[in-house]
Amino acid sequence: MSNSRADLDAILSRYKGRHGALIPLLQDVQNLEGYLRQDTMKYVSEQTGVPAAEIFGVATFYSMFRLKPQGKYVIRVCKGTACHVSGANGILNAIRENLKLNGTDDTTEDALFTVMEVACLGCCSLAPVIMIGDQTFGKLTPDTVPAVLKKFSA
Amino acid sequence: MEKIIAKLGLGSCGIAAGAGEVWTELQKVINDNSLPIRLEKTACIGMCFEEPVLELSGEGKPKIMLGKVTAADVQNVLDGYLNDKLEYNNIILHEHQEAVHNELIANQKRIVLRNCGVIDPESLEDYEAQGGYQALRKALQMQPMQIIDEVKASGLRGRGGAGFSTGMKWQFAHNAKNDKKYVVCNADEGDPGAFMDRSTLEGDPHAIIEGMIIGAYAMGADEGYLYVRAEYPMAIKHLKKALADAETKGYLGKNIMGTGFNCELHIKEGAGAFVCGEETALMQSIEGKRGMPTIRPPFPAESGLWGKPTNINNVETWANIPWIITNGAKAFRKFGTEKSPGTKVFALAGKIVNSGLIEVPMGMPLHDVIYKVGGGIKNGKKFKGVQLGGPSGGCVPAHLLDTTVDYDSITKTGAIMGSGGMVVMDEDSCMVDIARFFLNFTQNESCGKCTFCRIGTRRMLEILTRITEGKGEMEDIDKLEQLAVNIIKGSLCGLGQTAPNPVLTTLKYFRDEYIAHIVDKKCPAHSCTALLKYEVNPETCVGCTACARKCPVGCISGAVKQVHTIDQNKCIKCGACYAACKFNAITKE
Ligand SMILES: Cc1cc2nc3c(=O)[nH]c(=O)nc-3n(C[C@H](O)[C@H](O)[C@H](O)COP(=O)(O)O)c2cc1C
Ligand code: SF4
Ligand code: SF4
Ligand code: SF4
Ligand code: FES
Ligand code: FES
Repeated sequence: MSNSRADLDAILSRYKGRHGALIPLLQDVQNLEGYLRQDTMKYVSEQTGVPAAEIFGVATFYSMFRLKPQGKYVIRVCKGTACHVSGANGILNAIRENLKLNGTDDTTEDALFTVMEVACLGCCSLAPVIMIGDQTFGKLTPDTVPAVLKKFSA
Repeated sequence: MEKIIAKLGLGSCGIAAGAGEVWTELQKVINDNSLPIRLEKTACIGMCFEEPVLELSGEGKPKIMLGKVTAADVQNVLDGYLNDKLEYNNIILHEHQEAVHNELIANQKRIVLRNCGVIDPESLEDYEAQGGYQALRKALQMQPMQIIDEVKASGLRGRGGAGFSTGMKWQFAHNAKNDKKYVVCNADEGDPGAFMDRSTLEGDPHAIIEGMIIGAYAMGADEGYLYVRAEYPMAIKHLKKALADAETKGYLGKNIMGTGFNCELHIKEGAGAFVCGEETALMQSIEGKRGMPTIRPPFPAESGLWGKPTNINNVETWANIPWIITNGAKAFRKFGTEKSPGTKVFALAGKIVNSGLIEVPMGMPLHDVIYKVGGGIKNGKKFKGVQLGGPSGGCVPAHLLDTTVDYDSITKTGAIMGSGGMVVMDEDSCMVDIARFFLNFTQNESCGKCTFCRIGTRRMLEILTRITEGKGEMEDIDKLEQLAVNIIKGSLCGLGQTAPNPVLTTLKYFRDEYIAHIVDKKCPAHSCTALLKYEVNPETCVGCTACARKCPVGCISGAVKQVHTIDQNKCIKCGACYAACKFNAITKE
């Protein structure tokens, strides 16, 4: 924890006095802690003087910010137009089924995977596309999904 | 000195298709056998559907390009090329012989993509070898107004969607009196299903940067931002390197090329909000706030970033600039039409054979774009429509395929040119579902400031969802049209003002599909699951039990070698039985 506070202070001092730096600052904080914790955001507010309401406002406005802990691997399922017409729904269902995610859950019980939907990963020629961590997988079918997920086990 | 060059495409889709392994294997084979081959990398070649793509060239040998190369092919391919005995089943381009995609290239004109797939985007030397930064050198010897006049004369229109005259915009920013001004590159590329800007950013970052420095000089700005979508990590990496290299070489920073002109550029990563592509929202976001659009006027040219005069252009607009300065407005006008000069980059995707990145002269008929350059529709299916302009645009149907690609002709159809996304739909795509898809997108992305955009799009989405579930009524069509009018009138920014377009164009050209869903409770494309019915054809069923074993809810019954039946009340319409039957005995209606 103390370690993390020192890292946090390092980020804060890096952006000190730079105007318009709230978004990259929060991105770095999220990279450090995995998600934006309530108490961290309060701390950032105290240290920077940016009102907490503004920080929460920014954190909830942009889809990249996560307010809940997430799995070790984030699976981004593309729901852009090209992927939609090429069967993205079937891919999402296959992933959720394979990971046994129920209802609105997006993180697996073992905290290995978090599934999220994104609009276009820029590889539309390979539709349907997903990204796990920083690796992209294209031309998927519901049948090839399990093999891809298998590459990422604990 | 090696006389043979092997060049591999390492853009993001190349990597996704496995180019990383091919690269490692190329290195290994060349080193282990001490082959006289120089290995080079490049980014997007445009033929993303053929990735990984390898180009071979050398003195006295034909330049050829191979598609879908795997690590296992590498040894044979290199040996074959060296000994002039290359055998490969997918030669996509050949300098001297027929090859599958020779025509695809012949029908294009590359101005924006002039270096994409040619140079190593991480090498400033490669860019300079293609004449890079010569336009800046020339521009710095011109008067700012001379540059602006040249851009005006070229007739270049903004490639971010609205098609406003770039020269005029520059003039406004130039005229604004202030000691601080900004230039901004809009690289947010929000249209889901489009990747023109990604490929240019990855493939030729210096061209964009050079354009921005020229613009800054012409407008009297000394600082600028590139606002890049966070989903594009490779684009950000290449830009960072390009900025650093340009600064080291003295093209950027203080006293550029000894002229006393200063210019600084920074990268801002987006954080995932489509509305931030709208210019006023984008500036809010750069300032670190929620990306909410603001009322214009004041226009950015008067009061933009931190209240200072600001000029925002799209990636492709900026990338055109160095070419125009080097070659002149007249040369630019040789391509395209009177009112839409130059070329346009399109990202072809969806049900099209050659899905990838192309650049064609404005004025080419859509038909040629799709069939001559795009290679036609996948799997021999029937063309139904092509979505232009993403969520702000519309779907152009088959009978309008002779429409030419230029701003005014496309607008006449009810679609918009947009930024260049072209998603092709075939007979299996349901147009009501497409409309629902886009409304779902805009509804999610509405910033919520305007009631009509926030609530109106949700109402439209509810109605469309109802129709796709077979619960629609004929009045719903009138309701959709009424809501559309109100949303267009009551919205502050382009997101709301254009959100109804996909619904309006599908209602205009595919009204019969809406009626089929509402009156007959049928989806003509067999795509809306709720309206499907799977049945066993007793004539062809041989009772193999394959379907019953696959059904996740166990609603198929029948003994071995007997005709099977589906319990319609339990069926969840997953289609597993349809896929499992090898005797085509299950029908989908
Ligand atoms: C909702 C919305 C999203 C937009 N997204 C983009 C975008 O992703 N990229 C872009 O260049 N322009 C986008 N625009 C257009 C910009 O507001 C602006 O017109 C453009 O960047 C101007 O550059 P240009 O004159 O070079 O086209 C968007 C507009 C709206 C209303
Ligand atoms: S039209 Fe929609 S996105 Fe644009 S400002 Fe209004 S609510 Fe926000
Ligand atoms: S569609 Fe799915 S649920 Fe319905 S009968 Fe076939 S396998 Fe079973
Ligand atoms: S798989 Fe086809 S042939 Fe076999 S039992 Fe089912 S419907 Fe009949
Ligand atoms: S639509 Fe999925 S990658 Fe573009
Ligand atoms: S990114 Fe590979 S050819 Fe387009």
